[in-house]
Amino acid sequence: MNAYAVAAAVTDPEMPMLTLEDLGVLRDVRAEGSEVVVTITPTYSGCPAMATMRDDLVHRLSEAGYAARVRVSLTPAWSSDWITERGRAALRAHGLSAPGPAPRHDGPVALNLLPTRRDATCPRCGSAQVELTSEFGPTACTALYRCTGCLEPFEHVKEH
Amino acid sequence: MTATVTDHDNAYADLLGSDDAHWAFGHLPEIQQGEDPLAGVDTTVPAGLDPAGLAAYCLFLGDDALVMSHRLSEWCSNAPDLEDDIALANIALDLLGQARLLLSRAAAADPSVVPALPEGSPVPAEDALAFFREARDFRNVRLVEVPHGDFGHLVARLLLFATARLAAFERLTAHADPVLSAIAAKGVKELAYHRDYAARWFVTLAQGTDESRRRLLAGLTEVWPLQAELVATYDVAAETGVVLDEVLAAAGVDRPAVGPMSGHGHTEALSRMLAEMQVVARAHPLGTW
Ligand SMILES: [Zn+2]
Repeated sequence: MNAYAVAAAVTDPEMPMLTLEDLGVLRDVRAEGSEVVVTITPTYSGCPAMATMRDDLVHRLSEAGYAARVRVSLTPAWSSDWITERGRAALRAHGLSAPGPAPRHDGPVALNLLPTRRDATCPRCGSAQVELTSEFGPTACTALYRCTGCLEPFEHVKEH
Repeated sequence: MTATVTDHDNAYADLLGSDDAHWAFGHLPEIQQGEDPLAGVDTTVPAGLDPAGLAAYCLFLGDDALVMSHRLSEWCSNAPDLEDDIALANIALDLLGQARLLLSRAAAADPSVVPALPEGSPVPAEDALAFFREARDFRNVRLVEVPHGDFGHLVARLLLFATARLAAFERLTAHADPVLSAIAAKGVKELAYHRDYAARWFVTLAQGTDESRRRLLAGLTEVWPLQAELVATYDVAAETGVVLDEVLAAAGVDRPAVGPMSGHGHTEALSRMLAEMQVVARAHPLGTW
């Protein structure tokens, strides 16, 4: 297997249904001399999964016979728009709701006093009758929702 | 009966096997580079920027995030409900992440800011800055260090802090240091959520019951004298004023008629907070975590 394929198959430690490639965290894999250099970008500043991602990448590449090094890139900042279609499908298949388009702003970030409006649907029953429970979920990147159709709670990966 | 007693008489030993990788702490990863949040980032200070000035500025931004994060983490298991407990922990985690990046950036720009530790100490620069400096060397504003009160106090403090910091970070995305501008660009997305969270609670408490409004106003009056230092330090008085007026108008609340707190430096509360935050790290300067 080539080095890119090995790196692309490593999964996120907190959302293991997503590969780092599908999450948009994997930015580049290239040979530099005898080394493979993998570039990743953090999702959130405090994301506790970064160290694990780094370790997993080095381990998996080393198992495949590559001497690997991980480089962190902070620019451009990660956006939930980088989650691939395959990643979004995997999220839904595992009961999570995928993010809508990330907010864009040219001027100052506008204050938002009302609950964020999203076109989220229940990943279990497909109902659009859902309500936000909290903008902050069990991991840094998710919000909490409840479906008013089937009454199940679910997590929504936040626009970022 | 002759029980087969395991080495440590540990009922859980068999569950764990011999693989230590499941421990968050006490497991030494083979890849030591994993600890520095700026590992693999080019931290060369651009020509034309004063490294000492850049380091001092990053220390102030990092200390504010670190101290505020600690105060927010004190809410863990004390918030009014589980959702807000989780929300505050998330906000604290975002700020801790910002603090790690900023303290690391300060150390890389000017290594002389990092306190000296005993020979052979494995403590990384960010931890040396967080755990081995005295209160007088912290650059944070007083708003983040005062002890937490009730939830109304928390909402008022978080609103003032997130509003000023977001305005400052929006401007810092254009900073000449590419590392600081990248940290700011990430931070803007996080702080926007923090500010909205605090602003919504501010309006909710103000428009809720007599008791919720009374407590919010008491909290606001208590933290308001510390707002002048905050916006002066971040140099965002105008931007912050516009947003706060929008929130106050929606909440039907007037600006408190209290003047700014005089003086500068720190309150006693910071020393007490640091004593708790730093005690374990200081007891084991050669420890590996
Ligand atoms: Zn449903």
